[in-house]
Amino acid sequence: MAEDMKKVYARTKAVKESGNSFCPGCMHSTVHKLIGEAAEELGMLDKLVRVEGVGCCGLGQLYVTHDWLIAAHGRAGAVATGVKRSSPDSLVYTYQGDGDLAAIGLAETMSAANRGENITVIFVNNGIYGMTGGQMAPTTLIGMKATTAPAGRNAEEHGYPMHVSEILNQLTAPKMIVRTAVDTPQNVMKTRKYIKKAFQNQIEGKGYSIVEIVTSCPTNWGLGPIESLDFLREKMFAEYPLGEFRMND
Amino acid sequence: MAERVFMKGCEAIAEAATRAGCRFFAGYPITPQNEIPEYFARRMPEVGGTFVQGESEVASVNMLYGAVATGIRAMSSSSSCGISLYSEGVSYMAAARCPAVYVNVQRGGPGIGAIQPAQQDYLQATKASGNGGFKMIVLAPSTVQECVDMTYEAFDLAERDENPVLVLTDGVMGTMMEPVILPPMKSDAEVAEIRAKQAHRAVIGHAIGDQHTCEPGGIGDGWEKHNIETAAMYNTWDKDVRVEEFMMDDAEIVLAAYGISARISKVIVKELRKEGIKAGLIRPITVSPFPYDTFAKLDPAKVKGILDVEMSIPAQMRFDIDHAICGRIPVKECLRSGGQLLTNDQVMAGARELIKEVL
Ligand SMILES: Cc1ncc(C[n+]2csc(CCOP(=O)(O)OP(=O)(O)O)c2C)c(N)n1
Ligand code: SF4
Repeated sequence: MAEDMKKVYARTKAVKESGNSFCPGCMHSTVHKLIGEAAEELGMLDKLVRVEGVGCCGLGQLYVTHDWLIAAHGRAGAVATGVKRSSPDSLVYTYQGDGDLAAIGLAETMSAANRGENITVIFVNNGIYGMTGGQMAPTTLIGMKATTAPAGRNAEEHGYPMHVSEILNQLTAPKMIVRTAVDTPQNVMKTRKYIKKAFQNQIEGKGYSIVEIVTSCPTNWGLGPIESLDFLREKMFAEYPLGEFRMND
Repeated sequence: MAERVFMKGCEAIAEAATRAGCRFFAGYPITPQNEIPEYFARRMPEVGGTFVQGESEVASVNMLYGAVATGIRAMSSSSSCGISLYSEGVSYMAAARCPAVYVNVQRGGPGIGAIQPAQQDYLQATKASGNGGFKMIVLAPSTVQECVDMTYEAFDLAERDENPVLVLTDGVMGTMMEPVILPPMKSDAEVAEIRAKQAHRAVIGHAIGDQHTCEPGGIGDGWEKHNIETAAMYNTWDKDVRVEEFMMDDAEIVLAAYGISARISKVIVKELRKEGIKAGLIRPITVSPFPYDTFAKLDPAKVKGILDVEMSIPAQMRFDIDHAICGRIPVKECLRSGGQLLTNDQVMAGARELIKEVL
């Protein structure tokens, strides 16, 4: 490297250089990168504990270099409670999909938030069950096809898409609730900032923070990466508007 | 130092765990074990530990899983229909080699059953406490003193094997008061030392290159290795079999019972002896591993009949007795369930019927 050049960007050490096994165009890998960068910027990589949900997030276990444990499907909120309460110096985050966090794990999600557990929740909302092959999630849009709703979700039979951040915003204890995305460089920067802030809240003992990230699932949406981005922006953001529901400053 | 006090079973269990260095408890209210979480709620803050009332048994057992993964000594308790909800978490902990301790203060079942004492969860406790065919050491106390001693020891056994341990008791013992000698309170230094010994598996955050993980399963085809390793560990448990053989030397009539039923049965054995009947008792103390050899070695030329005494209808421990006896000696049952306690009179009547048939 020439003497007048300096390194301004490096790959986060939180993930392996060998790469990941997410599908092409999947946004899980970007989110992993941002988690690593946020923890690194805070000098907390060696304290980072990932409580992993069950779903495509599970592919992350082969990818990350920091400590992790796998919760049963939906139970990450409870498992993280046990970890954080027993090891308060650890920087504990859950990494969960919408089926994990909002269907099978709804009780654990709501209750951890309601207790104001001092943890960080990374919620990847792609509107579908990715890992198991495209079944309907609580967050699936009206009209959106899923393998278990082949004619598309309809409100009469399936109810309406669930807005997790808005629901959690009814609770008093949570300190930070934001919904964000990683579809543009601006949104990527913003999401990194949010994750860092959520980690900071935890380090300062402020309590529960959730970062909901609305993402695509090209594979199970049956769309190419570019069309997935269009769908994400036109349909998903319309149902799940990005924004800060609560920021504890 | 050892201390003699008068205590309720549930509270004695909680105090014994605290003295053993347990510093985390999560649980959900259910009769007849509420005194355990209530005791922990008072006791944990005094020793710098954590008590969490989970939103369900599902959450509580998963909190336990998270806590144990950090290397701390942690415990939970529930009863019967609550224990059904533990299946998932216990299976995960068995898979992830987490040395958790939990207690089942049994009540009537199946379903919500009855809040009164029973021994209705024997097969679930000893054979399949969750999916996946894992095994656990299951300790079955029959006095409050044993509740204390076994809870205290359960943490050592769990950590030795990196496997969950279950203390299987019932609503009689949980709510009954007895004088007990409490084991010594481990000092803060000892508790820290115990935790330090778990550092190799503690998921608490480490430098890159020193990654710690807690894996209840594997991606790909790597999981059979786990099954082979745990099976090898289960095979070392012959040495851990514990059984009380009471007046068995010349016994012709054998009562077989664990936990509270064994206590009642012992009284009957003594009564029968007064009448000159050669009765004895076999009391499994570990119901898993089960003392199969103790039953297998019974000589049909000497032992004329076995009375399986349980607070469960249908009988459940009978399954293990039959497995060891293989029809060589007649086995009869003396059972109550659904919250109806066995009485001395009933066990005596059951024994007399057996005697009439076989002696
Ligand atoms: C108790 C239990 N039920 C069902 C499953 C099967 N399962 C694995 S992943 C998954 C869906 C995950 O979907 P989501 O949380 O939306 O995450 P994604 O894969 O989309 O990232 C299901 C149902 C399981 N592992 N455990
Ligand atoms: S199935 Fe969907 S969520 Fe899962 S890795 Fe592929 S694109 Fe990503």
